[in-house]
Amino acid sequence: MATVIIPTPLRKFTNQTAKLNVDAHTVGEVIEKITLDYPELKKHLLDSQGAVRSFVNIFSGDDDIRDLEKEKTSVDHSTIISIVPAIAGGLH
Amino acid sequence: MSACRRGEYSYIAIHKRNNYKGPDSGALFIFNMFYQNTKSIAFPGVKEKLASLQARIGNTPLISFPNIFRKDQVMVYAKQEWKQLSGSVKARAAFAIVRDALERGQLHPGKILLDATSGNTGIAYAHIGKFLGIPMTLCLPENASAERIEILRSLDVKLILTSRFEGTDGAQETARALAENKPDQYFYADQYKNENNWKAHYEGTGVEILRQLPGITHFVTGLGTTGSFIGTGRRLKKKDPAIRLISLQPDNPLHGMEGWKHLETAVVPQIYDPWLADENLEISTEEAYEMIKTVHDKEGLILSPSSAANLVGALRVASQIEKGIVVTLLPDNADKYGELIKKLLK
Repeated sequence: MATVIIPTPLRKFTNQTAKLNVDAHTVGEVIEKITLDYPELKKHLLDSQGAVRSFVNIFSGDDDIRDLEKEKTSVDHSTIISIVPAIAGGLH
Repeated sequence: MSACRRGEYSYIAIHKRNNYKGPDSGALFIFNMFYQNTKSIAFPGVKEKLASLQARIGNTPLISFPNIFRKDQVMVYAKQEWKQLSGSVKARAAFAIVRDALERGQLHPGKILLDATSGNTGIAYAHIGKFLGIPMTLCLPENASAERIEILRSLDVKLILTSRFEGTDGAQETARALAENKPDQYFYADQYKNENNWKAHYEGTGVEILRQLPGITHFVTGLGTTGSFIGTGRRLKKKDPAIRLISLQPDNPLHGMEGWKHLETAVVPQIYDPWLADENLEISTEEAYEMIKTVHDKEGLILSPSSAANLVGALRVASQIEKGIVVTLLPDNADKYGELIKKLLK
């Protein structure tokens, strides 16, 4: 059961819920489940190929999943997943 | 001379003193009008320093993109806004805000300028503040680029980094709370609410465009604080109501166009006028990133994401008309986006 922190601009699409608890083993499963539960999130997080949009950064704890195993990064009950916009050209 | 109000007299006097030849010298005229009316300003030498800064703001050159867009009777131009103080369009608003606060006595020794920013306005404030001796505290989302944070710190700005989950809305909230708690300590500039933001473009950018391209038919630019769109747009509409104003927004609340706001999900700036735009277009971050690559490959220029997004919007408008002159702004270049550019142009 990982916890996903939804950034303020996306809470409109999660009924203003800031944290979602998701039963999953990988980041990819987490994304799949939250976009099933909240379909409007999908176009904001994923491109037409189903990959995380290039300017959306997803963190597992303090680490960008692109520096780990991307969508295959494993999660457990203590994992905090964060969705962070890449403002100001920042990719970190 | 017939009786006139005080402002009208100084207007005429300054015209004579400056050998004023018409609206082309609008920026200088407007500065002089403010300058003459300046109240006592407490920072040492600040009047002279303001004049020196003013000379480095605005009057930015135009550029066209002949290798990307060619169409009979349709032209696309962009103002290179990085060719002024602090390297971005934000010099205009930041200077107007600081100057007005000094003139009104809202900013004086003992007060700290406070604002929220995603970067460029902060860098403009920092240049101005460093030169004038004004201390600065800025609230900035912690996920701003490393270059921005480094530049601001090098200019002695006290940074308060705010939640990466809340963008500039969170930075605004932090700045507002700080200003309310310590009103004697801070002058809260509030670029999202400060009328001098859009007025800087009404008195500067709009006048310059009319001077450079009197035949302009369309003005296209993205919405962030909305100051550049509102100020420039109002000036252009005043000159010719037929000029079409097209505002741009990101197609996504999570986007990569620094400084832009997705108004549907963001805190709408108080200076925004929803009735001004003739049309609003949505631009995706992917389109902007692709434009960065195209402009680099075909024109040898490296744009920032927001500049590239403005160009996407301008070219979309240009492709839909048969005749006209489309103008947009390039708010900054790629100097502060090293990490992103390295990834895009590898």
